[in-house]
Amino acid sequence: MADSANRDAFVEFERVQKSYDGETLVVKDLNLSMPKGEFLTMLGPSGSGKTTCLMMLAGFETATHGKIMLDGVSINNIPPHKRGIGMVFQNYALFPHMTVAENLSFPLEVRKIGKSDREAKVKRALDMVQMGDFGGRRPAQLSGGQQQRIALARALVFEPELVLMDEPLGALDKQLREHMQFEITNLAHELGITTVYVTHDQTEALTMSDRVAVFDDGRIQQLAPPDELYESPDNSFVAQFIGENNTLEGTIKEIKGETCIVELDDGEIIDAKPVNISKVGERTTISIRPERVEVNTAKLGEDAHTLKAEVAEFIYMGDVFRTRLKVAGKDDFIIKTRNSADQERLKPGQQVEIGWLPQDCRALDAV
Amino acid sequence: MPQKEFINGDKMSDTTDTGPVLAADGRPLKRSLNRALRRQKLRALGLIAPLLIFVLVTFIAPIADMLFRSVENQIVSNTLPGTVQQLETWDATSGEAPGEAVYEALYYDLFLASEAKEHTRLGTRLNYEETGISSLFRSSGRKVDDVGEDYIDALEDLNEAWEDEAFWYSLMSGGEDAAKNSGLLDEERERLSGLTGDDYSADIGFVPGQDISQLLPNTARAYSSFALFTVIEDEDVVAEEEPWEAVKIALVQDIKRGADMSGYEGFGAEELRAAQDMLQGQPDIAFKEAFLDIDEDWGATDNWRTMQVYSPPFTAGYFLNAIDMQNGLDGPEARPENQQIYIMLFKRTLFMSLVIMGSCILLAYPVSYLLSNLPMRSANLLMILVLLPFWTSLLVRTSAWKVMLQQQGVINDTLVWLGLVDDASRLVMINNQFGTIVAMTHILLPFMILPMYSVMSTIPPSYVRAARSLGATNWTSFWRVYFPQSVPGIGAGSILVFILAIGYYITPEIVGGTTGTFISNRIAYHISSSLNWGLAAALGSILLAAVLILYWAYDKIVGIDNVKLG
Repeated sequence: MADSANRDAFVEFERVQKSYDGETLVVKDLNLSMPKGEFLTMLGPSGSGKTTCLMMLAGFETATHGKIMLDGVSINNIPPHKRGIGMVFQNYALFPHMTVAENLSFPLEVRKIGKSDREAKVKRALDMVQMGDFGGRRPAQLSGGQQQRIALARALVFEPELVLMDEPLGALDKQLREHMQFEITNLAHELGITTVYVTHDQTEALTMSDRVAVFDDGRIQQLAPPDELYESPDNSFVAQFIGENNTLEGTIKEIKGETCIVELDDGEIIDAKPVNISKVGERTTISIRPERVEVNTAKLGEDAHTLKAEVAEFIYMGDVFRTRLKVAGKDDFIIKTRNSADQERLKPGQQVEIGWLPQDCRALDAV
Repeated sequence: MPQKEFINGDKMSDTTDTGPVLAADGRPLKRSLNRALRRQKLRALGLIAPLLIFVLVTFIAPIADMLFRSVENQIVSNTLPGTVQQLETWDATSGEAPGEAVYEALYYDLFLASEAKEHTRLGTRLNYEETGISSLFRSSGRKVDDVGEDYIDALEDLNEAWEDEAFWYSLMSGGEDAAKNSGLLDEERERLSGLTGDDYSADIGFVPGQDISQLLPNTARAYSSFALFTVIEDEDVVAEEEPWEAVKIALVQDIKRGADMSGYEGFGAEELRAAQDMLQGQPDIAFKEAFLDIDEDWGATDNWRTMQVYSPPFTAGYFLNAIDMQNGLDGPEARPENQQIYIMLFKRTLFMSLVIMGSCILLAYPVSYLLSNLPMRSANLLMILVLLPFWTSLLVRTSAWKVMLQQQGVINDTLVWLGLVDDASRLVMINNQFGTIVAMTHILLPFMILPMYSVMSTIPPSYVRAARSLGATNWTSFWRVYFPQSVPGIGAGSILVFILAIGYYITPEIVGGTTGTFISNRIAYHISSSLNWGLAAALGSILLAAVLILYWAYDKIVGIDNVKLG
């Protein structure tokens, strides 16, 4: 049944488990399927199992249980060099004793491609990453960004259909990283290659990917496009891990269709959207993004519930104002307001009333 | 324009366009910096000084001295200075023994040398070049006193004064008020200290008289030597000792050569004239005949040629010897086949060191690979096993191999017990090349493993993974990616093992037998048994040069930058 459901899947993990020591599972029951041409990012804190998944896909680790399929074929027993998967490593792994051109030519040589053909492909790959003049250099003579491009070119030169990238931008400075993010996504889409990208940098994940798989504790917590991930996290972990997030704890008072009423621990009442709660009386963590909090409660509907808050700190950040409030007994409630001409600048100690649209506030599982 | 004015107007004390850069206090910056750094430099020097001095005194200096010995040859000209001088004109190719003058010079030189007991040392030295010279010198040293006995007897029969110590002293010193010839005495001081290596600068209570040393030059010279020797070596008083026979022979020769007594009015003039009258009718002293009587080998041209060839203070003889050559009539020539040994030994040393190095590489590579790829805990345990031999005495390890490999040893017993080898034809695995190679490979293995391991542990596993993800098989990714990066470790280990092996001594000595010994064993033999230090030094120099040349070649081919010890 699963096979027919995922007929167009190019990469597929089916109930994959992995354990290194036979005592704990690093990857627990992983199910994932990717269509051809997709750019998928595995995002998660360190130790969440994302790199292990990548290594299993590349063939450097074997799955303890389950099936990994590539283009409809199980690759569990295929050695890495026969999988035809391009890979970019964290520290690039450019061979230091070979020149750039020799590095690029290596995958073609082992595939017994003729010399003239090889040279043409190497040249094309170098041009593709705008490194055409660097063929004769040694990796040690290149800057980090240049090495990164060469590593990318080497992973692409033998025209693989699937490319894996293991935190490839981790060693670059911020500006270069942003630039390379853009280049990598462009290249991937231009060439139509399927990409699995591993990172622990959520901005990178959000800006580059078609879909993001958030890993924690050996499981995919949510697999969704970036906007969905940010705006509609499925659970508290994802809400906390992606972007900035305010949480308030309380108990479900009433559920009516698309909204529910939550009684916070200090007795205040607030509207929320039920996500993974089931019944009245259950404990919940409600989650709201700082930029969706409204200070001007008049904008909200007549029957909207509001909260009293006291300004604790006002931080001027240029494009936005970041204000820390004391709300419902907690003093880490952040709101972000745009620096527009009519925006009021709150002062510490000021009493305000805050509220939000029920759909922006998600009632999630209690932590 | 305004900008330029601003710069000029700005009073910056540390930059000017023309003069040197100045520090804040107006002194040149360079000088201030040097001052500041001088303390640091002195401190650094102070820290290394103890080791530097230690190395210089106990290592560099002895080695330099040893190397100097490989060309040093002053013993011949120091022991036989007169003979060497006379020999210069002798033509070795003539096939005839040298003339009377050479033998006369030899008489004085040998007499003094045998008094100082230095003639046997020279004999030993020359024996390295020409067998038999040693015994020739030793026997002649004893008999040289008897040369010209008849003349001395005749002189003493003529006047008893010639036997009187005081008379001789007065004659040679020419009395207290006479002009002295201290130049002659200084010449003799120098000669004797060259001969014996002792200090002859002390005052001896005798200086030859000016007149007498002009009248009887040889006698004055011989008496001066006698006087110096008597005081410095025997610690006696000159005036109380009867002079040597050589002094009297010198007197006879001086008189017979027609010393002009007519103008001499000093002490002993009368006795001298009487002696001259007596000796006038006698035939000349036949030194050559006398020496041939002592030993007929004194007539052999080979011996004389050897002395002539090795008379200069520096010689290439030891080096020629070290490469199985000798100084022949027409310059250097190969030694007779049956005396050739060193070239063969050098070749064997090189060959065996290379084999040992090769087997160390083969054995160490997989172990180092395993070590660098194991988890830390297991790697440490394995490392201890690698280092364990270091904690055992070298002699114990070598002897253990003897137990293992000998014909009644563990391995042979096992093979016989298994029926793989017949009891009658047990394998010979010790006291030959095989034994040396096995034992030394085992002993030097850690020196190969350690640098290999430290290089391999710096190769990230991602390289091989990258190669495999790019489509290379296990073997290709090893050979094309891993191996080239481990080469520096192989290089470092190889240099270490090869250099250690080429100079190894203990193990080949114990397990090498006759076919498995190295050049170093021969060097040790010359140092401690044959005492031919010059040859040992020459062999050592060649070994050192060979290592340096190989090191240089390695640098040219592989590059010394590629050698990593970690």
